Amino acid sequence: MTRTGSTCDLPRCSTCRLPSVRHADSHGLTAEALATLAPDLGGFRLVFANGHLVAELSTMPDPGSGVTVASLASVLATDPDRLEPLFAGRTAPADGMAALNLALADDGAFIHLATGAHADAPIHVVFCTTDVGHPVLASTHSLVVADPDSSATVVETHIGVGPLAGAACANAVTRVVLAPQATVHHYTVQDLPDTAFHLGVVDVIADHDSTFTAHTLSLGAAIARHEVRVHLDGDGADATVTGLYQPAGNQYHDHPVLVEHNTTNCTSRQIYNGVLDDHGHGVFNGRIMVAPAGMGTDATQSNRNLVLSDRAEVDTRPRLEILADDVKCAHGATVGQLDETAVHYLRTRGIPEPAARGMLTYAFATEMVDRIGPPALRAWAAQLVADRLGAVLGDDGPPPDANPDAGTGTGTGTGTGTGSVHTEEVTP
Amino acid sequence: MLHIENLHASTAGTEILRGVNLDIAPGEVHAIMGPNGSGKSTLAHVLSGRPDYEVTAGSVTYNGVDLLALAPEERAAAGVFLAFQYPVEIPGVGNLYFLRTAVNSIRATKGLDPIAVTTFIKMADKAMDAVEMDKSMKNRSVNEGFSGGEKKRNEILQMTMLEPTLAILDETDSGLDIDALRIVANGVNALRSPERSMLVITHYQRLLDYIVPDKIHVLAAGRIVRSGGKELALELEASGYADIEAELASKGATA
Amino acid sequence: MTPPSNEVTELAEREYQHGFVTDIETEVIPKGLDEDVVRLISSKKNEPEWLLEWRLAAYRHWVTMSEPTWQKAHYPSIDFQDIAYWAAPKPKPKLNSLDEVDPELREMFDKLGISLAEQERLSNVAVDAIVDSVSVATTFKAKLAEAGVIFCSFSEAVAEHPDLVRANLGSVVPVRDNYYAALNSAVFSDGSFCYIPAGVRCPMELSTYFRINSAQTGQFERTLIVAEEGSYVSYLEGCTAPMRDENQLHAAVVELVAHTDAQIKYATVQNWYPGDAEGRGGIYNFVTKRGKCAGDRSKISWTQVETGSAITWKYPSVVLQGDDSVGEFYSVALTAGRQQADTGTKMIHIGKNTSSTIVSKGISAAHGQNTYRGQVKVLRSAQGARNFTQCDSLLIGSDCGAHTVPYIEVKNASAQVEHEASTSKIGEDQMFYCRQRGISEEDATSMIVNGFCREVFNELPMEFAVEAQRLLSVSLEGSVG
Repeated sequence: MTRTGSTCDLPRCSTCRLPSVRHADSHGLTAEALATLAPDLGGFRLVFANGHLVAELSTMPDPGSGVTVASLASVLATDPDRLEPLFAGRTAPADGMAALNLALADDGAFIHLATGAHADAPIHVVFCTTDVGHPVLASTHSLVVADPDSSATVVETHIGVGPLAGAACANAVTRVVLAPQATVHHYTVQDLPDTAFHLGVVDVIADHDSTFTAHTLSLGAAIARHEVRVHLDGDGADATVTGLYQPAGNQYHDHPVLVEHNTTNCTSRQIYNGVLDDHGHGVFNGRIMVAPAGMGTDATQSNRNLVLSDRAEVDTRPRLEILADDVKCAHGATVGQLDETAVHYLRTRGIPEPAARGMLTYAFATEMVDRIGPPALRAWAAQLVADRLGAVLGDDGPPPDANPDAGTGTGTGTGTGTGSVHTEEVTP
Repeated sequence: MLHIENLHASTAGTEILRGVNLDIAPGEVHAIMGPNGSGKSTLAHVLSGRPDYEVTAGSVTYNGVDLLALAPEERAAAGVFLAFQYPVEIPGVGNLYFLRTAVNSIRATKGLDPIAVTTFIKMADKAMDAVEMDKSMKNRSVNEGFSGGEKKRNEILQMTMLEPTLAILDETDSGLDIDALRIVANGVNALRSPERSMLVITHYQRLLDYIVPDKIHVLAAGRIVRSGGKELALELEASGYADIEAELASKGATA
Repeated sequence: MTPPSNEVTELAEREYQHGFVTDIETEVIPKGLDEDVVRLISSKKNEPEWLLEWRLAAYRHWVTMSEPTWQKAHYPSIDFQDIAYWAAPKPKPKLNSLDEVDPELREMFDKLGISLAEQERLSNVAVDAIVDSVSVATTFKAKLAEAGVIFCSFSEAVAEHPDLVRANLGSVVPVRDNYYAALNSAVFSDGSFCYIPAGVRCPMELSTYFRINSAQTGQFERTLIVAEEGSYVSYLEGCTAPMRDENQLHAAVVELVAHTDAQIKYATVQNWYPGDAEGRGGIYNFVTKRGKCAGDRSKISWTQVETGSAITWKYPSVVLQGDDSVGEFYSVALTAGRQQADTGTKMIHIGKNTSSTIVSKGISAAHGQNTYRGQVKVLRSAQGARNFTQCDSLLIGSDCGAHTVPYIEVKNASAQVEHEASTSKIGEDQMFYCRQRGISEEDATSMIVNGFCREVFNELPMEFAVEAQRLLSVSLEGSVG
């Protein structure tokens, strides 16, 4: 399932000039340019250009408040003791790129939520790849540490100012550590130029009664591999991992997902939808692992794919590995295409065929967009998805804000049906 | 026949029954009424030996035997039948095949030979007619895809075929329209006999218009707080459970 | 009151019904494998030169291959030089009637419940019995010949229908296909051959019983079924082996070829010795089964009930080459004791409007490990391909495992692929409902498990379905309560 091309071209990486100490350099990224690439989500913001913090574009809370939003490099410089327990005793990463990340990364986001702290607005971490005239490998290592009873929404955006002169590869690792009863909603929006490479890992350790959600939107990059690993280590922890991928052109989007139920009464949902066009190739490689101690597990996995082109390709591997007996696990996967009766129905109402297809495709994709909680993010994501699909949003703009399900991201789990879009999802 | 003394029981760490005392003589029909959450269904579950209920104190003797010491199937063999409030679906297992296995399992404990298939089918046909059950139900999977009314009729069919000596009906009237209620009640009444006792659990007085009990008990907060004749039902119908709950609250009995 | 699943701590010694050893004088060649052994096997069977060359090519490729390790099963590595590659009941004259079959052999079949004479008289099933790789008796030959159906041992087919064998052997499972298929191709000793001419509906069910009897021998049989245009055949296969402390290897190959409008139904009830509760002994069942829907509108349907073997590694597959061809896979796999099963199917969609259905029911009890591994591949050419997959797993006891590993690869936009799976333990409410009606825990388990498998049993001929239900109940004994 893995392609040799899906990782960075290492010989090239080794020759690329890894950025030096010019941390203050904005790499040509201006506030104006940034504004066209990513919206202001109203909260604290860290902006990284090619892996390094651009302080003048970032907004951080005052030191001493319950919410810390800073660059990892600055914390390392001023308060290394704070990081020590988070790196100490950490076993070597399983794959080469994660190891390379750990070796090379010298910056990233550091988000810490003190006990009982709640970040009201989304914390936005922008990773921007800019043209520096030569190939670049940006390795970032971010930490989100949520102490007991704290909560936050963290949005990671991977964007770039194209066209990029050389190979640009982003290798971003984010680690999330949830203490008991903590809640973190994590979003990844990957809308890099179609020449870039993206490698992302979100690795999550969830203690008892904590809640974690991950939402991944894979839109850009030539080759993108965005992995989410959740280790449910405390009783009653809950994880929802969702994603939407839309490879078109010659794009390749790979989504390894692992949810480990290591203890009792944890719940998890994996929901990924794919829309595949042109020569696009999408992969969902999801696993639910229930350890012998995982009694009372309730886990589901769903992957639905809409194939628009004869040249597109989709691989789906929803896997269950269960070593406990008191479990409820289900998974479903579908591969299908637009419901032709729905297309016909729209055409009989005077909508031209391309628009009808776009509308139905958007309806399929938007199911995942609707799970996005923060309204500004949802509106932006809706626009990105629509742009990528070449669909035109109606005069009423992106989907309405009111969405009872958003943020919590709970879903029905198993994918039944034909994988095609049904007429009920359309408002003619 | 059935003697319940100071029965305490809990589930998931919460005590539900807090000292139930009850005696039922052969041939008697007793009704248990009470507000939601008073412990009515718990009593039915405990008597039938449901695994997730724990008896913490008290005793239940049935025909001189310690009922609580028996496994669920041993209680069934001893003549205890529970008509479930929510009958369980068992995919892939034929309805009549299931019933025949049950009948023959109980017969085996009494040293009786199994009933031959043809004889059994004749018996079942007759019993199905009595509860106005469609014959297509014979080969469908146990309760799978049955409507609420069909499930309840299926319970009465099983009761007819298993010939229990103590039948516990757990909210058998819930979810039934008036026609289905009449059919179910007729099925139950046909089984009334001097050897067979019944414990009818219901929230509403309505069922007791059809199955007229000898005695009525009101269960509230895990105890029987009032007992009386069938007129008690009418009284409750008029006043509701609010008075009883208010009375309990004033005594601090819910603590 | 603890739920029943938590009470599963002690495993009763399970009785394996077919664990007798028949004292038949057997001819065994020394253990070990090299080119000379391949030549010896071929010469013992008086094979033509082309078949010897075919075997040698397979052998030469096999030595360059390495044993597959991707399956989800743990076992000590196999010493392929510690296996005897040829064992045959010694009195091996050409048998003209059942009366000539060795009385001890007859007795063995009686114990297996497949008295050949009885079968011939009472039922309409033609039986080919294979003991330690050699076909010993085929019934109903005359009646089949009347219809033009060839049903005989593989050796006989090589001698009498060499062109048919040569044209089809290896056409579905090439000698280089995989490690065990290559091994089988080099050393296969016998098997069944079946040919249904165009337009013929085989007048009866065909059946093969396999039996491993000798110690330290491998069984490597080969089955080849060719259904010509518009023909139909239903084929049943049953397997047993004696109880032995050591592991024995069974590496069979089955090839099916269905031409235009032909239909092949292939059912297996596999009850090889599974080893004891501690995992000592048992058969390693490493089998390659594949069918090719070569012609348009052809149909191949696999049904398997796998209750035996220490390790099962088996993926009965269908290559859907003809347009509108249909592939089906219905499976029940039960692992109890220390059994490990990694089984499933591959559906390769090549032709237009091809469709496939996969229904898999896995049951894990005691320390059993059960993996469904299935591939659905829709190639670019397979316009309008359809697949529906459902795999459900049932867990009995807290020490077992159930794994579901589907691989879905789609390269055609018009394909519709659906996969659904669920894993759960036996519902406590179902169990209580049965027990409240007076049914014991063990009977209730067996009843619920059989209900869980009913969709698959419905695909089996009646007598096989009854046998399958009985086997499940026997295999579950001691796993509950």
